[in-house]
Amino acid sequence: MTTSFTRSDLLLPLPPPASLVGPWGWARANLFSSPLQALLTLVGGYVAVMLLWTFVDFTIIRAVWTGADRDACLDDKVGRSVGACWPFVWAKFGQFMYGFYPADERWRVNLTYGVAIALLVPLLIPSVPQKPLNAILFFGAFPILAFNLLYGGSIINPWLSVGGWLAILGGLALVAGYLMSRVEGPPNVVFLQWGGAAIAVGILLLLLVRTGLFAAPALPVIETRQWGGLLVTLVVATTGIVAALPIGVALALGRRSKMPIIRLLSVAVIELVRGVPLITVLFFATYMLPLFLERSPDAMVRVLVGVSIFSGAYMAETIRGGLQAIPKGQFEGAMALGLNYPRMMSLIVMPQALKLVIPGIVNAFIGLFKDTTLVSIVAIFDLLGGIRAGFTDPQWASPVTLYTGFAFAGIIYFAFCYFMSRYSIFVENRLNTGRRR
Amino acid sequence: MQKCGVFRVKAPDDGALWVPAKDNKSTTNRVGKAATMKRIVSTLALGAALGFGATAALAQAPSTLRNIQNKGFVQCGVTQGLAGFSMPDSAGNWTGLDVDLCRAIAAAIFNDPTKVRFSPLSAKDRFTALQSGEVDLLSRNTTWTLQRDTSLGLNFAGINYYDGQGFMVRKSLNVKSARELSGASVCVQTGTTTELNVADFFRANNLKYEPVVFASADETIKAYDSGRCDVFTTDASGLYAERVKLAKPDDHVVLPEIISKEPLGPVVRHGDDQWLDVVKWVHFAMITAEELNITKANLDQMLQSTNPEVRRVLGVEGNGGEALGLTKDWVVRIVRHVGNYAEIFDRNVGPSTRLGISRGLNALWTKGGLQYAPPIR
Repeated sequence: MTTSFTRSDLLLPLPPPASLVGPWGWARANLFSSPLQALLTLVGGYVAVMLLWTFVDFTIIRAVWTGADRDACLDDKVGRSVGACWPFVWAKFGQFMYGFYPADERWRVNLTYGVAIALLVPLLIPSVPQKPLNAILFFGAFPILAFNLLYGGSIINPWLSVGGWLAILGGLALVAGYLMSRVEGPPNVVFLQWGGAAIAVGILLLLLVRTGLFAAPALPVIETRQWGGLLVTLVVATTGIVAALPIGVALALGRRSKMPIIRLLSVAVIELVRGVPLITVLFFATYMLPLFLERSPDAMVRVLVGVSIFSGAYMAETIRGGLQAIPKGQFEGAMALGLNYPRMMSLIVMPQALKLVIPGIVNAFIGLFKDTTLVSIVAIFDLLGGIRAGFTDPQWASPVTLYTGFAFAGIIYFAFCYFMSRYSIFVENRLNTGRRR
Repeated sequence: MQKCGVFRVKAPDDGALWVPAKDNKSTTNRVGKAATMKRIVSTLALGAALGFGATAALAQAPSTLRNIQNKGFVQCGVTQGLAGFSMPDSAGNWTGLDVDLCRAIAAAIFNDPTKVRFSPLSAKDRFTALQSGEVDLLSRNTTWTLQRDTSLGLNFAGINYYDGQGFMVRKSLNVKSARELSGASVCVQTGTTTELNVADFFRANNLKYEPVVFASADETIKAYDSGRCDVFTTDASGLYAERVKLAKPDDHVVLPEIISKEPLGPVVRHGDDQWLDVVKWVHFAMITAEELNITKANLDQMLQSTNPEVRRVLGVEGNGGEALGLTKDWVVRIVRHVGNYAEIFDRNVGPSTRLGISRGLNALWTKGGLQYAPPIR
């Protein structure tokens, strides 16, 4: 008689071999899966560790942290091989951050930064409510406030001027609406009344500015020539970045427009601006423009206009790329729903097109942020220009001063660019629900 | 002068900018729109002049001095950082020999040395900035050359620093003279007159050398320090400034030979003689003050002096300042706020500074140097 055994349940799976789990298993799968992979890992790892070590060694381990002049950073005086000479950066810190902005007035720059952060951070976090109000404050009110603080002079006049011009523009738009309503049917007299009123209010506001009633400077005027350092870098980059998108959208739509004159003008602007280097644009704006104008605007304004148009032209091509990726069906569908052109573009096409080109847009922003350093050729000291000027100070001239200055500039530029890059990835992932792989 | 073949600029209301001159008196001053137009023409011509050496036609601009008095400050073009000449210090104030000249001009005009604004200009943009009126004068260690004085449409108002190109080598090479440098490799900044002067020098002396060129001064000195080449060359004043950047400055020596003339001085636009006079005489006034031993410290005693020359220079007698369009006490203002030439030299580049440059050619003519001022009378 034989006895047979039958298992009533499954054999428990054996644990995976030690070589497939844990850190070792992960490394085997991802780093050493074949001889070639192993070689690449070793070479890459060696290079990465060496670079990181060099950087840490120079900026932290061998660095000098305190000192009064170059003697603190000389190998002979210290008695060892010296790395970064940080006291050079501390001594010139005000210069690097604010340029020639008077020391007593630098709180104004800091306050501007504070307000900017307080408005920008909630704007960047999707879950914070009140986005429209926040956007109006940041894009509408903040620039005027920043002008108040940074430039100084009258507090009230800039608000009145901007308000006056906006009222006049709005009024003109309403009058245009009235004229169009006359063509289509019964004239809409309300438009005319409100438009006239707005224009009158605008002219009144501008006249109020002219009377000089509020011209008394509340804060001392700081000429833009005295601005410098990181302040200039941020002002130029922020203006360029904020202005680039609307200019770019307008030019991209103009280039795809069916109206020949608008298309021709858009193409002309884009190709002309893209065809010349930024240095040329800045040089012309700074040195040639004053020859053709009786009263030329402030040097910084000329630079800001130049940078805005330049970045706008590049942005236009990025956005056009996005527009071309939208299938024809989307346009036809929007039209079938009875949407007019502005609604079709703002509700259906643009949101999709912009989402597609987020990497390109952020790419342009990061490039622009670093291109701002070109303003140093037109007699404006930005962050890098200020640092370079610092190298010439014989009080701090030492073999490591140059490397320290560039390391400091590198750290600052990297911090800003890395933040922009990470935020763009975050936005991409958030919007990319339909295409995520 | 011949009657025809001389071309002069006429006002644009004639319908033509360029017409043959009818007679020698046709160059009366024209101001206003015509001048603006001509400045456009002259600046556009500047580009051509740079390339082809053509003579740019330059016309009378509105009085620069009156313009400055109206706007309330002097706009002065300086370097983007050159130790001892023009450089922002840690507190953000411009300092240096060239900067002090600008301050002296502001002091002479406004009795206030702070009424000056500085535009940091790169070497290649400096002349354009001056031509376009962005700056009132250029005080930017600019070498006086024939081409710049003529075809660029500029006027040099004097020489506030006599410089020349020199060599620096390692002491360990045991070289005592530049003529012993045969076969040496020379670190030099590209695109400068420095590079051309080196070539001239070695060719003239039948010596072989190997140029190692770099784009910027910082790279050049770093390369020399790391042993990439045997010799570092630039203007002598720059040699001292660059030497302190070396790991061991005492291991290097500046050779005695000076192989070129680099007279550095303030520059103004063609066409405004009054402004040229002001800049020129402010410089001369500082030298004269040193000659007469008028300093910041003893100024008040000097004002009581009976020496007729001192009395004339300080405006106690005579009216030299008014002839310039300034006030009688213009030299007093300069010396009180800025000092005489010796004071600004010692303060910015002299032996007690980190640059430690001796007066050399820049000593007064009475002390074996070249600094000489015409009499103020």
